[in-house]
Amino acid sequence: MTSYDKRFSGRKFDEMREIEAKVGIIKRADGSALFRIGDTIAIAAVYGPRELHPRFMQNPETGILRCNYDMTTFSVPERKRPGPNRRGVEISLVTEKSLLPVVELKQFPNAVVDVFIEIIQANSGTRCAGISAAALALAHAGIPMKDLVAAVSVGKVGEKVLIDLDKEEEDVEDATDIPIAVTGRKQDITLLQLDGNVTKKDLVEAIKLAKHGCKKINEIQQKALKDAYKSEVKNE
Amino acid sequence: MTKLLIQEKEIVVPGEELAEGLDYLPSMGTYRDKEKIVSNKLGVVSVNKNIIKVIPLTGRYMPRIDDTVIGRVVEIGFYGWSVDIGSAYPATLSIRDATEFIDKGENLTKYYDYGDVIAAKVIRTARYNSIDITTKGPGLKKLISGNVIEVTPSKVPRMIGKQGSMISMIKESTGCNILIGQNGRIWIKGTSLENENLVTRIIMKIEEESHIDGLTDKIKKLLEEKK
Repeated sequence: MTSYDKRFSGRKFDEMREIEAKVGIIKRADGSALFRIGDTIAIAAVYGPRELHPRFMQNPETGILRCNYDMTTFSVPERKRPGPNRRGVEISLVTEKSLLPVVELKQFPNAVVDVFIEIIQANSGTRCAGISAAALALAHAGIPMKDLVAAVSVGKVGEKVLIDLDKEEEDVEDATDIPIAVTGRKQDITLLQLDGNVTKKDLVEAIKLAKHGCKKINEIQQKALKDAYKSEVKNE
Repeated sequence: MTKLLIQEKEIVVPGEELAEGLDYLPSMGTYRDKEKIVSNKLGVVSVNKNIIKVIPLTGRYMPRIDDTVIGRVVEIGFYGWSVDIGSAYPATLSIRDATEFIDKGENLTKYYDYGDVIAAKVIRTARYNSIDITTKGPGLKKLISGNVIEVTPSKVPRMIGKQGSMISMIKESTGCNILIGQNGRIWIKGTSLENENLVTRIIMKIEEESHIDGLTDKIKKLLEEKK
């Protein structure tokens, strides 16, 4: 086991990378957002609610959410083969499942809300950045939502539990990466993935750390949404 | 213990707590979670006595009865026409709501063909997914020639102005025929292409600067300059 008592980037163990959030970056979409955490940049576009095709997928009881996660070819050092792959399909699915508890699509039977997440620059934590961007874009599209969702990865590198791993840390031998998504108000966990080894004590600590980080992300998300409309409401 | 946690006209995001206590009632764009009233949309808060609602700032057009809308025919069936009005579902224009009398089995493309743009009025919205419109009424008809542009539905009141001040000013100044649909679609028909383009540019400007005070005066100046 490698000892790891100082982070490569010089950050504190509970310190996230610099975060930036913006909404309304894609004009023709119903809602869109950009979410950057360190060198990882995710953009999300939301279309709908609109009629769902193919028809057999329609649900007369509720609208459905359809997420699509993809990485651009130039987002990673070695060119990624374009198009969906096994990893992308999985992440699309977990993103959808992590957003589903907050969106309320009951009032849109037979309809679909499409979410497209594109990673334009990757340095670990892409699915978390994608979820944070998607939540922003959904809110921006005016979809009824119980809450916002923020996501961050926590993990164990060497002996230490830390937040927001970068690529360098992720590649350390025996490093465990745990992406966690948390709702804004109630701090409910909507996504938790883990492969690798971690003790119960460390996991509890990691979740605590993630909740703390997500709270900060949530504040940034709220600010991004409000700033986009601040000037418009002021004088009315 | 009852407390309002936000101020009127404040911008709120989904999941933001608006009020505490059972004296307040949640309306459009909000929900109750035990003691608290929480927003579920991005919008502006409006408090009327003890009723709290959130008026959305974004999103698709939500049809309301008596709204005038501009739509495009996307499908023709036995029952009538399907019209895209920019909401989540296409609206239905049934035969008896279209014009005076249409014989059974008549070719419906004679009246409204695929791709035709029509001005219509919403008469029924039973649920979100069943919107009925009519073309019976003054000013409701097929829109022939001219241009249709789209703006955010929430900005439509700005386009019209107080008692229609903005729109009538643009109409008078350019001599264009303008029809604003509540769904954010605006039909412009002018005497010349230049005039139509001028109106388009001005409407784009209103959309961009909809928050500025004294916008009507600013647009007036602009119109005079361009002439």
